[in-house]
Amino acid sequence: MSAVIEAHDHHDHKPTGIGRWLFSTNHKDIGTMYLWFSFIMFFIGGAMALVIRAELFQPGLQFVEPEFFNQMTTLHGLIMVFGVIMPGFVGLANWMVPMMIGAPDMALPRMNNWSFWLLPGAFGILIASLVMSMMGMGSAPNFGWTFYAPLSTTYGPDSTDYFIFSVHMMGLSSIMGAINIIATIMNLRAPGMTYMKMPIFVWTWFITAYLLIAVMPVLAGVVTMMLTDRNFGTSFFDAAGGGDPVLFQHIFWFFGHPEVYIMILPAFGVISQIVPTFARKKIFGYSSMVYATASIAFLSFIVWAHHMFTTGMPVEAELFFMYATMLIAIPTGVKVFNWVSTMWRGSMTFETPMLFAIAFIFLFTIGGFTGLMMCITPADFQYHDTYFIVAHFHYVLATGAAFSIMAAVYFWLPKWTGNMYDETLGKIHFWLTTISANVLFFPMHFVGLAGMPRRIPDYSLQFAEFNQMASVGAFIFGFSQLIFLYVVIKCIRGGEKATEQVWEGADGLEWTLPSPPPFHSFTTPPQVK
Amino acid sequence: MNPNTSGEIDNKKIITRLLFAVVAMFGFGFALVPLYDVFCDITGINGKTGDQITLSETMKVDTSREIKVEFVASLNAEMPWEFRPVQKSVRVHPGEPTRIDYVAINKTDNRIIGQAVPSVAPGLAAQYFQKTECFCFTEQILEAKEQKIMPVIFVVDPGISEDINEITLSYTFFIKPGSEVISENVQEPPKTHYNN
Ligand code: HEM
Ligand SMILES: [Cu+2]
Repeated sequence: MSAVIEAHDHHDHKPTGIGRWLFSTNHKDIGTMYLWFSFIMFFIGGAMALVIRAELFQPGLQFVEPEFFNQMTTLHGLIMVFGVIMPGFVGLANWMVPMMIGAPDMALPRMNNWSFWLLPGAFGILIASLVMSMMGMGSAPNFGWTFYAPLSTTYGPDSTDYFIFSVHMMGLSSIMGAINIIATIMNLRAPGMTYMKMPIFVWTWFITAYLLIAVMPVLAGVVTMMLTDRNFGTSFFDAAGGGDPVLFQHIFWFFGHPEVYIMILPAFGVISQIVPTFARKKIFGYSSMVYATASIAFLSFIVWAHHMFTTGMPVEAELFFMYATMLIAIPTGVKVFNWVSTMWRGSMTFETPMLFAIAFIFLFTIGGFTGLMMCITPADFQYHDTYFIVAHFHYVLATGAAFSIMAAVYFWLPKWTGNMYDETLGKIHFWLTTISANVLFFPMHFVGLAGMPRRIPDYSLQFAEFNQMASVGAFIFGFSQLIFLYVVIKCIRGGEKATEQVWEGADGLEWTLPSPPPFHSFTTPPQVK
Repeated sequence: MNPNTSGEIDNKKIITRLLFAVVAMFGFGFALVPLYDVFCDITGINGKTGDQITLSETMKVDTSREIKVEFVASLNAEMPWEFRPVQKSVRVHPGEPTRIDYVAINKTDNRIIGQAVPSVAPGLAAQYFQKTECFCFTEQILEAKEQKIMPVIFVVDPGISEDINEITLSYTFFIKPGSEVISENVQEPPKTHYNN
């Protein structure tokens, strides 16, 4: 992206060469690095998914050993969650939050640099353990992205200690990023930009940042306990020493459920920016959007054990977690209702960002519905640990969170680069992605209901057809993303010049800046009325 | 700070407060460990059985019900003993004190101290499964080549749910770290010793 920004004649003092990126304290450059990091990880994690789907194309063992298959599911999950979705949203926050609130930059620019540069280290370690495993030196982490004890303690491979270190680094990066976002939003809003005038994307990130502050330390705590169990003779999770492996699940999911909302609240924010723009209306129910986001965040702390219905909890606890989980559907429903009402009688056009946003609303809601099915305790005894779960979380994460990032990239790319992207290619990318995603993930509901367990390299014959369908969808989905890469690169290198406002219906401070914006966004704060 | 912007509280204060929250939440993760134990103690749901009890005279034997209690023995990876229940299972009436035996054999040439950790499944039965005597209440010492019969006396509380007809009692023996010492007096043949 550097070429484009440099072409613009602003009297910014910006460093050049590799130092510009290594020592960057600029919110746009750091945002760009986050987004590219996320994109690269998307292809690495995606390649692992294709190994999984190739193996599952037919029953029996074809391509990989079961041990390697387990490493693939584990690293695919870890990379997609911590390496793609989370950095993707942090990248969007870095680019957009200062521009949306009328700030020159982030509040803590040096810390921003640190937050980013920890990530390549963390994932370098993780991926190095896979490379070593492929060279025949031990095994990479193989216990699933949820790293349940005792799989990851007593039975964990040697590389588990590297994994722990890597998670510590990711956690540190997220915490610093969150502190930065909170400080920026509290301190650098332009005069007149009251909290209740902030764009919804800023609001959702504000709340997400608090969620990160609350639960990333718990994740750090649980991996620290693993570390001492493995190396220093403690028995937090070892029944033989008086500990309890179920305790691991409680602590993990106390982090894990808020974590899934960390991955979806910024997506809600993105959709809430895009839908009003292309419906050419103000967002319906602004304040209810804010309150719904806050209540989702609050509720996310009291539902964690819906991941643990089959661990033998007392029936009172199962009922509590069942009803609490159902409650979350209410604020979530409010949001979907507001998006639909925003579109109602709007003068809509369907450019690529809007298409992705509408697909998000539709497909995320399917994921929400399967979530509601699974939170019914007795029903979950059947669904638990089957492909039904895999279908659920891919609808909310792949066609949810990941779709929203794609929508955001198409939406803001003209602002970032100053050029319009290729709309025809964008539409081709959208349709291929959306159709193949459904061919990929929808059949998983059926095999899951029929009892196919998750995380296995082989399956019985009756699941073959649906698995073949899913695998075909997966390969189309995977290769379609190369179009996305091409569109992005093409747009960075040139194209029809974008106006300041870019989209006819766009409204907000970020659209008052030139495209691309100057190196320091707002050097004199704008006045918000 | 830029005077034109919202700056309500300065950055340092925000950072301090948030870092405090981070440290507190890190601590909270660890606080979950004792909280969980207390919670499970009260509700008795994680299969951990309670401490020694003395039989109360008032506990009535419920002869209308019979519960099958099965016995399982396992060893922690580092533990070189042999360990098994003498009987696989017994049928008991709730309220009726019952004695069963486990046997442990130390086939090594070293004196080893072990600790058994009990667990009851299903977890919901744990609080109704009460032991008046158990080798798990104290550490067990086995000299080289020693074999020991170890009794358990238990009673199933008649208050137990009607739905539970089978209970599994399992013990895992693990070695007390650093307890392994070469015995001075290796005795042969193995002597059997009753510790009740
Ligand atoms: C209406 C909202 C939702 C409800 C009621 C819900 C409910 C559930 C339940 C009950 C499970 C556990 C199923 C089992 O393991 O047996 C589950 C799993 C999962 N959910 Fe959701 N969910 C909702 C939304 C979301 C969202 C928005 C995300 C992420 C963006 C998400 C991500 C996940 C993930 C990743 C898992 C699987 C974790 C694993 O075992 O690997 N869910 N959900
Ligand atoms: Cu959850």
